[in-house]
Amino acid sequence: MTPPAAGALEQDEPSFSGSGASGPRLVTAPSPGSLPADLQQRINQMQASRLDSKRLPTVPALARILPGGGLQSGGSYSVRNSAALAMALLAGPSAQGAWCGVVGLPEFSVEAAREFGINLDRLILVPAPGAQWLTVTAALVDVVSVVLTRAPEHLAPTDTARLKARLRQRGAAMITLGSWQQSDSTLGVAESAWEGLGSGRGHLRARRMKITATHPSGRSRHAYLWLADLQHGLRDPAGGHLPAGDGTPDSADGGDPLFWPTLMNS
Amino acid sequence: MDSAPAGHGSPPTATRTLLLWCPDWPITAALREHSLEADAALALVAKGEVFACSPAARQDGVRRGLRVREAQARCPHLICLPYDPDLDQRSFEPVTAAVEAILPGVQVLRPGLCAVRAKGPSRYYGSEEKLASVVVTTLAAIGLTDVRIGIADGLFAAEQAARVAEETDDADAPLCIIPPGRSPWFLSTFPLDVLDQPKLAVLLRRLGIRSLGDFAALEAADVRNRFGEEGALAHRMASGIDSAAVVPRVPPPQLDTTVDFEPPLVRIDQLAFAFRMSAEAFVGRLRGAGLVCTVLRVVLSSDSGEVSERTWQHPRWFDADDVVDRVRWQLQGGRNADSGLSSGITRVHVDPVTVEDLGDHADGLWGTGPDESVHSGLARIQSMLGHGAVLTAIIAGGRLLADRRVYIPWGDAAPGSAGTLPRDRNLPWPGRLPGPVPATVFAEPVPAVVLDAAGNGVDVDGRGVLSADPAFFSAGRNTGPRWPVQSWAGPWPITERWWDPEGRVLNRFQLVDPSGSAWLFLLEDHRWWAEATYD
Repeated sequence: MTPPAAGALEQDEPSFSGSGASGPRLVTAPSPGSLPADLQQRINQMQASRLDSKRLPTVPALARILPGGGLQSGGSYSVRNSAALAMALLAGPSAQGAWCGVVGLPEFSVEAAREFGINLDRLILVPAPGAQWLTVTAALVDVVSVVLTRAPEHLAPTDTARLKARLRQRGAAMITLGSWQQSDSTLGVAESAWEGLGSGRGHLRARRMKITATHPSGRSRHAYLWLADLQHGLRDPAGGHLPAGDGTPDSADGGDPLFWPTLMNS
Repeated sequence: MDSAPAGHGSPPTATRTLLLWCPDWPITAALREHSLEADAALALVAKGEVFACSPAARQDGVRRGLRVREAQARCPHLICLPYDPDLDQRSFEPVTAAVEAILPGVQVLRPGLCAVRAKGPSRYYGSEEKLASVVVTTLAAIGLTDVRIGIADGLFAAEQAARVAEETDDADAPLCIIPPGRSPWFLSTFPLDVLDQPKLAVLLRRLGIRSLGDFAALEAADVRNRFGEEGALAHRMASGIDSAAVVPRVPPPQLDTTVDFEPPLVRIDQLAFAFRMSAEAFVGRLRGAGLVCTVLRVVLSSDSGEVSERTWQHPRWFDADDVVDRVRWQLQGGRNADSGLSSGITRVHVDPVTVEDLGDHADGLWGTGPDESVHSGLARIQSMLGHGAVLTAIIAGGRLLADRRVYIPWGDAAPGSAGTLPRDRNLPWPGRLPGPVPATVFAEPVPAVVLDAAGNGVDVDGRGVLSADPAFFSAGRNTGPRWPVQSWAGPWPITERWWDPEGRVLNRFQLVDPSGSAWLFLLEDHRWWAEATYD
């Protein structure tokens, strides 16, 4: 199970492959003037790759709109109005064997989490941290890769900064439901439409969403998705190669397990 | 080893054996465990049949092997409990320990029956009668009065002697001593059934052999030729030259550890430092026995007589640091709870409650099991918030979404298989929710209001007919803004255990508001609740 994770992590560090190619060149053509510059370039590359470095595995549908091409370890993200979206963010790392923590969300539905592909064996729930939210979250950040939480209403800016430093130090990512200062990106469901429900008949089957990711600078990207893209994006290896921003109904409809073979009439 | 020359050559000598028999031990154990009256009519049930019954039940005609229904018909006030073999073993342990305190080398044949070599102890105590009376007195001191003792040559003869002692119950200490060398004579009148070999008994009876004496009179070599090894063994038993030796059990090693502090320690770090060596010795002793401890009980006693006792579980197993941590947490974590002690600590007692084989918990070559750091981090959170605050979840069966999730405190054993859950997820559960599962399931259902186009409340009558189509709804305690219903479905009736007053009858609805959020509503007893939302 680890090879895909390792592949995904190495993918976003192109500097290493570049440096590997330049290694032999150093030996064969040791021009004294270019050597320091070359080394400096390599150092810069490696430093750069460490600063906004490690990308956690992310559902492809969301990786396209997130800054940096996916969840960054050490990053913090906020999700405005959708628990499902937060679950989709958790699902990527969890499916690759990472531990996830959920703090202060008694209404978190583990059954839905399982549908998103979150491994329940590695999901830690602390539904009621009470007044010790910060301590608990910091302790969880130490041991798990992704923490999902609802931010408390009042948190001192110093505490926020300390938590952010802890995240960066431990290489964990934090996802908050609700607003969170200094988040790297704010995701939200801008538009949503359900299929399968009439007036008095049918049942909810599929959901089409417009998801926006807003950068702190104000720049935003959006994607049109089906709920199934979030749920099965990581399980299906072909899902990663879907053309960006597609989500046309016919492409998501075909043979999707979300669609129940029999209708339930009431 | 002496089986071959059993018939000819020097006759093998049987060990002089004292046999201690507690009749109806499963009943005695169950009576003690459930603290029932000694004369209660009790039956232990295994596989739907009576496994053992108390004398009171036996008087009413309850017998072993009777079906439970019939036993209850014969004795209406019969108490039926499931038979628990572990309980027998567990409750016999104090008896073994008490006998071991006065006699060396006790062999437990099965719970309720143990044997000791009688030769040495009888010389020590003076005579075999005195030895028996010492045993009876010792067991009476731990509250066990119904004891039968038989002393004879060989285990088999001693067991029969103990059973005979029951019938000649005249004195306060039922005892039957067969003088040395008289065991063959003693056994000769017994029927063949006591050999506990029904096939052989039937065959011998057809051959005209009706007692052990008749059987013993046969030539040993002939018996071996005709009936094989089993027959030869039975023949030796019948002849009173049963050579089965008493194999004394090795008393289990003492695994718990106790440390006394004099003067009492008042600082936690002092205590942790002083206890570290003992904790390492404790874990080392377990390791030496090839065991690891997964459940631990820590008892702290303070100067003023307070005692703080707590059982700790570990997701993997305790090493020395973990043991010290548990002791420390027990003092620290409960500062606001009842376990905070007000005076210095005089004694720390650590007792392994559950031990498992080391081999089952050994690390793989590249490490196995979850990260240790995860355990320590989560244990820290547990020590802050309490054991039940850090949870993992599994999904059970059920119709309502809240029923379908089961939380397990971190470190507690998860139900091993789906079968041990109260509700199995794989059963059909008619009435469960079709389609995608809502991402937010309210811990407590939120009150809601659903109105029709005219502004009247929507309801469902007894026949499941909706009064009007829902047109507006609101959810939340303060009946906030009313949203128009864009599309809806329902009512989907859910009837749980209609025969049971605890059962629930409700109707489920799905509603979608114009913003595209979907809700799951419940209508129970004419009141609306929001069960979940698909946000």
